[in-house]
Amino acid sequence: MRYPFLLILAVYTASANATELTFELPDNEKQCFYEDLEQGAKFDIDFQVIAGGNYDVDCFVTDPLNNMLYQERKKQYDSFSHTTTMKGVYKVCFSNEFSTFSHKTVYLDFRTGEDDRLMPDMNGVTALTQMESACLSIHEILKVVSDSQTWYRLREAQDRIRAEDLSERVHFWSIGETIILFVVCIGQVLMLKSFFSEKKANVATST
Amino acid sequence: MEMKAVVSSTGLMLLFAWLSPSQALYFHIGETEKKCFIEEIPDETMVIGRYRTQLWDKQAGSFLPSTPGLGMHVEIKDPDAKIILSRQYGSDGRFTFTSHTPGEHQICLHSNSTKMALFAGGKLRVHLDIQVGEHTNNYPEIAAKDKLTELQLRARQLLDQVEQIQKEQNYQRYREERFRMTSESTNQRVLWWSIAQTFILIITGIWQMRHLKSFFEAKKLV
Repeated sequence: MRYPFLLILAVYTASANATELTFELPDNEKQCFYEDLEQGAKFDIDFQVIAGGNYDVDCFVTDPLNNMLYQERKKQYDSFSHTTTMKGVYKVCFSNEFSTFSHKTVYLDFRTGEDDRLMPDMNGVTALTQMESACLSIHEILKVVSDSQTWYRLREAQDRIRAEDLSERVHFWSIGETIILFVVCIGQVLMLKSFFSEKKANVATST
Repeated sequence: MEMKAVVSSTGLMLLFAWLSPSQALYFHIGETEKKCFIEEIPDETMVIGRYRTQLWDKQAGSFLPSTPGLGMHVEIKDPDAKIILSRQYGSDGRFTFTSHTPGEHQICLHSNSTKMALFAGGKLRVHLDIQVGEHTNNYPEIAAKDKLTELQLRARQLLDQVEQIQKEQNYQRYREERFRMTSESTNQRVLWWSIAQTFILIITGIWQMRHLKSFFEAKKLV
């Protein structure tokens, strides 16, 4: 009776875990995420900057003893993989401290574990039938398709935000320039007229 | 006896699956600080979020395992900035919503408990796990409910995955259309404003000349 319970526990703790988060990082701020990992666990970090400023962010990953496992400055997107050598809390931080007024939107994908069991197998080491292995390979390929879709969605979001910014900027600059045009034109005429009026008055007083 | 073991272990599995995330990513949040996450999803997609909060104990110098009386307010907005969920949950919570419009949904969490200021020095640890689309399906539960073999369950999973991919493709088409409209509107704006500004420039130039000419003629300088 105990064995199935222990097996469940073992399967559950070894199972894959993935967290995808998209968050906004205000200027001059740092945001850190922590994960408690076992020794020998493999984790993957993918991040991408979707919006804001120059589309770049500082990122660093530390292990429980505060050693830098990965440190990059002003990166737009990157991937990082690591197999843990000790048990503890691993930290991944994003910093927008170099930017004074642009807040960034960052996408983070943190994946841990490798096992992707569908349901607890009592005897997970038996050979799969042809049907089962075909289904498993379809599943793996569909996961790749889904990841690729996510990649395209993020690139499209970035381009769309840039295009919308451009549209806004064109609109406001055009209105601003037209106003400036009118102001400068009328201002020039008035100033010229004022020069001649003064001179006339000066001429009148000097003679 | 074998059956009983299977059922009870499946039950335990479901229990573990339902409990708040112990292995999820966590972050620190201040007292009344609001943390927002964006989920860009197609329509008719289910999203399940689970969180667990821990309060910082100044005396012990560590985080308490769980504190009753802490609350988190969860607010979810759809792409049109309309609030679709705004509820107060306890220190451990689970929230679910299904999107009806495709686009960027915003999930915001903030703690509005005043206890923290008194005891904690303002630090709260939040474990968060958000699952979208076919990841929300609890396959062991489905297998137990419909009594499926592993192969049938795998087929069900493949169906869900493919359905989600199809939804994402439709959403991509919708996004491309929006992007195209934005680009075309920028193109239009650039074209018309350039023409308008050139026109205004010429008109004001002519007006200036004529006005100044009549001004100088009036002043008998020309």
